[in-house]
Amino acid sequence: MSSHVVPLKVYVGVFLALLFFTGLTTWVAFIDLGPLNTVVALAIATVKMLLVILFFMHVRSSSGLTRVVVAAGFFWLALLIAFTLSDELTRQWSPIPSSWGPGTSQSQTQ
Amino acid sequence: MADLVAHGSGHDAAHDPAATHSHSPDLKHQFDNMTQQFEAGNLGMWVFLATEVLFFGGLFASYTVYRSLYLPGFEIGSHLLDVRFGATNTAVLICSSLTMALAIRAAQTGQRKAQVILLVLTMLLGAAFLGIKFTFEWRNDYLEHLVPGVDFLYRPEWGGNGPHVQLFFIFYFIMTSIHALHMIIGIGLLSVLTWMAARGRFSPDYYTPLEVSGLYWHFVDIVWIFLFPLLYLIGGRYGIGGGH
Repeated sequence: MSSHVVPLKVYVGVFLALLFFTGLTTWVAFIDLGPLNTVVALAIATVKMLLVILFFMHVRSSSGLTRVVVAAGFFWLALLIAFTLSDELTRQWSPIPSSWGPGTSQSQTQ
Repeated sequence: MADLVAHGSGHDAAHDPAATHSHSPDLKHQFDNMTQQFEAGNLGMWVFLATEVLFFGGLFASYTVYRSLYLPGFEIGSHLLDVRFGATNTAVLICSSLTMALAIRAAQTGQRKAQVILLVLTMLLGAAFLGIKFTFEWRNDYLEHLVPGVDFLYRPEWGGNGPHVQLFFIFYFIMTSIHALHMIIGIGLLSVLTWMAARGRFSPDYYTPLEVSGLYWHFVDIVWIFLFPLLYLIGGRYGIGGGH
């Protein structure tokens, strides 16, 4: 059976990179970048995810079929989020009647 | 991979009694060879993980929607979490992913003792994560009256954002508790694997249970990699005075 034994150095390197990015994302969070904070945080999380998937989860050396399934999972997640947000963010929200809540919600003032 | 597709294309090796003698005792009869068996198990786990991606994805999508609707409340909520616990737990999980990957490597290189040690370490790191979460974080949240449905008090400085801060904490507790449940299931899986590894059940030829459980463990790590910035970091660390 063809087992791909990844060199120890690669695992330790990925591990150190993951720790570095954890420190980086925590550090950046304390700097006010406006809307970019969210973008940077999610970009770093995505890089960390790719490191884990490619190296720890061996997708780098896995079969084409497995890769398609992995990609499909995330493609469906993208559909879920994109279609949900395309509705929520473009809808003209009606004001919430004051009798529904404490009367000071965000939506009411819009 | 080729073996998986080429199945049924008229090869007789698998059905030839003479050929089966060279087969590993771990080869189940429905597979042609160890590679095909490994691929099939791996693929099945990834299909399951794709359903898990969407399971957590529903939570992430609704979190995104409500965060965009009630940003001030969510930022106050995020600021109330202790980033030190979140960052420490991220590091703990990354360490556990390394030990998990190394445990599989130990199986690939046929080191039985190393497998057991690394699996036990992985479980201990998983338990450390849960310990930090339950006994420090959630306890502090409870003492600060931040547990919706149990004891949640609106603070005057939140103004009208009170219900939205509470909504943030509902997301926080549901997401972290479902993640914690996955960790507990993972530790359960690893305890069985440790027992199997100690009995010498895995070899460089056959370590599929280790590999697929590793996939699950790393997946749970990835969920946390996203929960950490979404809950603890974005927007909550500056601008609003006081806190941690």
